[in-house]
Amino acid sequence: MEPDKPASSPATRRIAIDPVTRVEGHGKITLLIDDHNHIVEARFHIVEFRGFEKFIQGRPYWEVPFFVQRLCGICPVSHQLAAGKAVDQIAGVRQLTPAATKLRRLLHFGQMLQSHALHFFHLSSPDFLFGFGSDPRQRNIAGVLAQYPEIAMKGVKLRKYGQQIIEAITGKRIHGTGTVPGGMNKALTLSERDALLADIDDILQWSQEALTLNEQIHTAHPEHRDFGTLRSHYLSMTGSNGELEFYHGGLRANAADGSSIFDQLDYCNYQQIIKEEVRSWSYLKFPYFSALGTGQGWYRVGPLARINNCDRISTPLAEAARLRFRAYGNGGAVHDTLAYHWARMIELLHCAESIHALLHDTGITSTDLMADKSERQPQGIGVIEAPRGTLFHHYQVNEEGLVTQANLIVSTTSNNQAMNESVRVVANQYLDGQEITEALLNHLEVAVRAYDPCLSCATHALGKMPLQVTLQHRDGKIIHQLTKGVDGAVR
Amino acid sequence: MTTEHTIKRKLKIATTSLAGCFGCHMSFLDMDERLASLLEQVELDRSPFTDIKHCGPCDIGLIEGGVCNAENVHVLREFRASCKILVAVGACAINGGVPAMRNYFDLQDCLQEAYLTGTGITNPQIPNDIELPLLLDKVYPVSEIVPIDYFLPGCPPSADAFLQLLQPLLAGQKPVIATSQLHYD
Ligand code: SF4
Repeated sequence: MEPDKPASSPATRRIAIDPVTRVEGHGKITLLIDDHNHIVEARFHIVEFRGFEKFIQGRPYWEVPFFVQRLCGICPVSHQLAAGKAVDQIAGVRQLTPAATKLRRLLHFGQMLQSHALHFFHLSSPDFLFGFGSDPRQRNIAGVLAQYPEIAMKGVKLRKYGQQIIEAITGKRIHGTGTVPGGMNKALTLSERDALLADIDDILQWSQEALTLNEQIHTAHPEHRDFGTLRSHYLSMTGSNGELEFYHGGLRANAADGSSIFDQLDYCNYQQIIKEEVRSWSYLKFPYFSALGTGQGWYRVGPLARINNCDRISTPLAEAARLRFRAYGNGGAVHDTLAYHWARMIELLHCAESIHALLHDTGITSTDLMADKSERQPQGIGVIEAPRGTLFHHYQVNEEGLVTQANLIVSTTSNNQAMNESVRVVANQYLDGQEITEALLNHLEVAVRAYDPCLSCATHALGKMPLQVTLQHRDGKIIHQLTKGVDGAVR
Repeated sequence: MTTEHTIKRKLKIATTSLAGCFGCHMSFLDMDERLASLLEQVELDRSPFTDIKHCGPCDIGLIEGGVCNAENVHVLREFRASCKILVAVGACAINGGVPAMRNYFDLQDCLQEAYLTGTGITNPQIPNDIELPLLLDKVYPVSEIVPIDYFLPGCPPSADAFLQLLQPLLAGQKPVIATSQLHYD
């Protein structure tokens, strides 16, 4: 299969999985199949476009951390924090107060915990508990609640706990405030801290159980090894000693064989290493390491990349889990795409342990939250490890402090090529030459779900997409008639 | 909740996200433990949380997000045709929300910024494949395209607000949402 053959190339049959379900947001998978049921092409398309980089222009920079959260309701905190780090720089802040840093880290661990729990328990667990080809009517969170209430409820409560941390710090579970240029706008009160402390032992226990479940699922199924598996490069942020780090550090890229591509790179230089390729059939761009080119330069981000790339984890239970993971990979990187789930649960446990430590840190309730500012800077670059991987926010502002340019590389964009590769591998492994069934099609979605993509928008096609649409008001009046020209222009 | 209803037949709920951020769906999940009892009372039809890809006849449809492309129009019309009661959930569905900020700009300028002139781009071109839905000139509120029965404001509405909407609807009554639950942020 050629990755970039036009989707309209001659084939006898087109099959679409539209929308891909049990992922956050919407995308679709298309297959082109010849007379003998051989796969001619398999693609994962992102059909959403919002134009954020344009319409943020002209907004005041301090508004950005609140504003950008509306990009994504699943990991709004990640956007708040990445943008927050960028606006700190714009405001001329060199160093946050220790309390503000701790609070932001706690917020981030809460976010990571809720997002990882959501992804495994609410979205992906049905595939593993019921089987990839099980009855699609049962294969969802309601089915898990009915059949495995204990597992499902622990997942629900793990997510709830992460959301409660976010609510305590930002005032709202989704799209709260908190991060302001130079610090945080509210301290954690003693009573809020105590309420969170009351449940942390259960959270630790359930995180360990979630990890054990995932270790068992993965190791008990030898067929998981090759399922959509890719030998790829990995990009992540690590701490200065190579430890797993979500909030602040240098960029590390390792090749599939574990050799270093670069390490401890200052993320403010990201433009020198990453470029993004546009392809005609997806609104999502395809990032790559510019030195390696579009063909060889693609990479994976997220839990698998982070656990493969780091040299150690600072918390003991997660570190022991990392060593087991490492042993499974014979001391090298684990390339199994489905091991994303396992790596994610190692991180879930690391979050629970880190939250435990931060809640016991007396500095966490300090009210010393604002750093001194110096001269305003013309640009700011903020990078963090979001649940789904390395997240880049870059803003330029004018003398009035209004945004003039924005560039975002969101985590799922970095996994775009990998998701397409995995879809192709699974299509060839499981569907090629077969009579296509719903059960087989779900295999493609299982491969995509492993990445926990956050596509955050809508699609649902009824047949072929029109090239012309008439928009009628509900009272029958025509609001607008639009036609797409050959140049992509809409008129 | 009347047991009468649940004995007769489980009511069906469908949900979808158009041009939204998925936050309204996440807030729905923020019911936490109460989700279990809700899911005992209702059956989820088409929703991002299930693998049902085409909406069947439903009692209640929840719509997150505004209308920004041709697919959104199709999905919205399908929901209207399939759902007895249609609810616009959240700022984006009600008035376009943050995605509607692109209405102040020319769509071509937005596409140009993203795919032609932005930072670090290679192979600049505006994606234009048959698989990509036609973008609309603007982001529209759902009520401009189809009649809507109820509006649940907020960005997102809280989990409590969802429950205050759904519980009476499931009991066949008109929902009354407490003022304290009506938020617009
Ligand atoms: S209303 Fe708010 S939470 Fe809901 S989809 Fe829109 S931006 Fe997201």
